[in-house]
Amino acid sequence: MAQKLLQRYKDNDRMNHWFMAIMFFMAALSGLAFFHPSLFFFTNLFGGGQWTRILHPFMGVLMVLSFLGMFLRLWKDNVVTEADHEWRKHAGKMIHGDKSNMPPVGKYNFGQKVIFWVMAGSLTVLLLTGFIFWRPWFAPYFSIDFMRFAVLLHAVSAVVLILATIVHVYAAIWVKGTVRAMTRGTVTESWAKLNHPLWHKEVTKGQ
Amino acid sequence: MSSLQSQNVVARSATTLPTPQVRNAVPAVAKLIDESKCIGCKACQVACMNWNDLRDEIGHNVGVYDNPADLTPSSWTVMKFFEVESPSSSGSPNLEWLIRKDGCMHCDDPGCLKACPSPGAIVKYANGIVDFISENCIGCGYCVKGCPFDVPRISQKDNKAYKCTLCSDRVNVGLEPACVKTCPTGAISFGTKDDMVAYGEKRVSELKERGIQNAGLYNPQGVGGTHVMYVMKHADKPELVDLPKDPSINPMVSLWKGLAKPLAVAGVVGAMVAGFFHYMKVGPIEDKAEKEEV
Repeated sequence: MAQKLLQRYKDNDRMNHWFMAIMFFMAALSGLAFFHPSLFFFTNLFGGGQWTRILHPFMGVLMVLSFLGMFLRLWKDNVVTEADHEWRKHAGKMIHGDKSNMPPVGKYNFGQKVIFWVMAGSLTVLLLTGFIFWRPWFAPYFSIDFMRFAVLLHAVSAVVLILATIVHVYAAIWVKGTVRAMTRGTVTESWAKLNHPLWHKEVTKGQ
Repeated sequence: MSSLQSQNVVARSATTLPTPQVRNAVPAVAKLIDESKCIGCKACQVACMNWNDLRDEIGHNVGVYDNPADLTPSSWTVMKFFEVESPSSSGSPNLEWLIRKDGCMHCDDPGCLKACPSPGAIVKYANGIVDFISENCIGCGYCVKGCPFDVPRISQKDNKAYKCTLCSDRVNVGLEPACVKTCPTGAISFGTKDDMVAYGEKRVSELKERGIQNAGLYNPQGVGGTHVMYVMKHADKPELVDLPKDPSINPMVSLWKGLAKPLAVAGVVGAMVAGFFHYMKVGPIEDKAEKEEV
């Protein structure tokens, strides 16, 4: 039976998302290489230690810029509302496989909104702290103590961003039919009814 | 310059496994700088340039004797001059001219090595010398953040960090460092750490006998002791010569390169493993009706 398909993302949204995703992976792998000795081998992907050190900040800045594109498109849909509290109360049961009590949600559920704001926050911190010890151009303008604070905060927010991304990717795999929203731009109607009924109502209004 | 194979490397940056350990009959060495004997001639700076083939750019006179004004990638040791007023018995303050030969302290617990992310870019030999292996340096500047003494300098030309090697190449073949060899007053001596501590303490007691009550040996324990030590006239106030009173690796660096590393890796790997097992246990969220139709 051919399913009716609903458009969830425009082509530009998707290209923006995937460019950001590539930049995230490159920035994360190169950053992790400097964070833990057991991951230093990631520098081989970027042409060695020096090149990884040179490239990492540029990949990071491109990631933040492309996130800005996503942010401007999506922030309104991610404002946390009163209705989200109800969803949060039942989230524990859903994680254990029982979705029956979940209140109907719009374009994004509370979990997605949290991920969105955690990513926005951690990327802001990463950008600001990254400049503080970006050699050779910006680091000389800052005191050593300030740079120590910045590297620590940079590492912590990078871990937060990586964890948020793991949750984001897992949720897309866990909820069947989600990945195609980003790979093809469309979702099935039954996916929309099951996971985002209010959004489904909104986009099928007047049809 | 590559690692000196004839010496044990007892600590190596960004390395989790033990380094070669068999050549262990090596005494720890130390350089002792006696401020009370230093006349500020800068012969040590010249000897350092000479031995290490360093030629710094001609700088500018900043109004004091310090030349260059600070350590640079090409000036691994610099004489620093301090005009200090200290109280005297007569009531009017004594003007003292304190001179300190600045450079790497060769900490026994080196913060630079702890912070360095590049395997083998910073090593500590069995004799205590902390050396930068430039070919492994990636120019990130983490050593600058790790160092409690603000010593490493990164070259604008090649983006590599540089500092005093304690003439590891000379020491390795039984010579003393170039600055020690050249010092005309014997203000710099070199030997085993034990001998240098004993000699430093003897000098301190001699200075005290001569009425310099606050004389002392600067061998800060917060970094495990150092392989460059000072006999100071005002050991109670090392800040007078721009040295920290009780240096240690900054707690932010310790946290970043200590606890945070395993915690973060465990967190990231744990999240992925948890996701995998969650999927295996709970299964996906999907439209059950749709599947049954198929």
